[in-house]
Amino acid sequence: MTIKEMAEACGWKLLAGEEGTDAPVDGCYIGDLLSWVMARALSGNVWLTVMGNVNAIAVAALTDVAGVVLAEDAALDEAAKARADLQGIPVYTCPENLYETALKVAGQLNG
Amino acid sequence: MSMLHLHYDVPGDDFTRAGEASGDVKHKLKRLGYEPDAIRRVAIAMYEGEINMVIHAGGGEATVDIDPDKVDIILQDHGPGIADVSKAMQAGWSTAPDNVRSLGFGAGMGLPNMKKYTDVMEIESVVGEGTTVHMVVNPGKK
Repeated sequence: MTIKEMAEACGWKLLAGEEGTDAPVDGCYIGDLLSWVMARALSGNVWLTVMGNVNAIAVAALTDVAGVVLAEDAALDEAAKARADLQGIPVYTCPENLYETALKVAGQLNG
Repeated sequence: MSMLHLHYDVPGDDFTRAGEASGDVKHKLKRLGYEPDAIRRVAIAMYEGEINMVIHAGGGEATVDIDPDKVDIILQDHGPGIADVSKAMQAGWSTAPDNVRSLGFGAGMGLPNMKKYTDVMEIESVVGEGTTVHMVVNPGKK
């Protein structure tokens, strides 16, 4: 399934990077410590985090994740939004916490 | 003479621009058809190095030489230097300030990540003069 289809099913709102929303999703990674995430998130993962800064977008670009979901309405700052739009990296927001968001992702990936 | 020689200035104290050099190298390697694992290793190691130069050294320079069997990366800065390199290589050891930690870095994983993802990593550092990190990634290894 694409990140766009997953976002619709999970009720996430797109904040930036619409150009990349056709990317396929086949897994999930959760974390906020960028050095940790950079070394472990895989291409095709949807990355759940609360880090909405420009470095998080750089990490998303380097790891080729399908998209970023900012849980608990965590903010995406202006520089990060501009970078995500420029690089076509979809960034979504949702009010649920990381655990609840992960459950929804699991429902989509396993369903 | 390498197949492709690249040079980048890494601006200091500008977190918004860290990642430009590693991002560009990543795109070039992709276009040249390098295997995804090697591209990923180069991108991670180089981005960590860029972040280190921004956090600790007020910026620096990155020189990358790309050949079919190896990607050679030299990161050079004129920052404060590293007093104890073996300590700096320990996972979890960090001198990064709190504002850096709040950005999601500064957990003492930068240098260990660089070592983990490269086939060769050497640090030369002189306190008060600066630090040079030499890294090599051989596609198909590790």
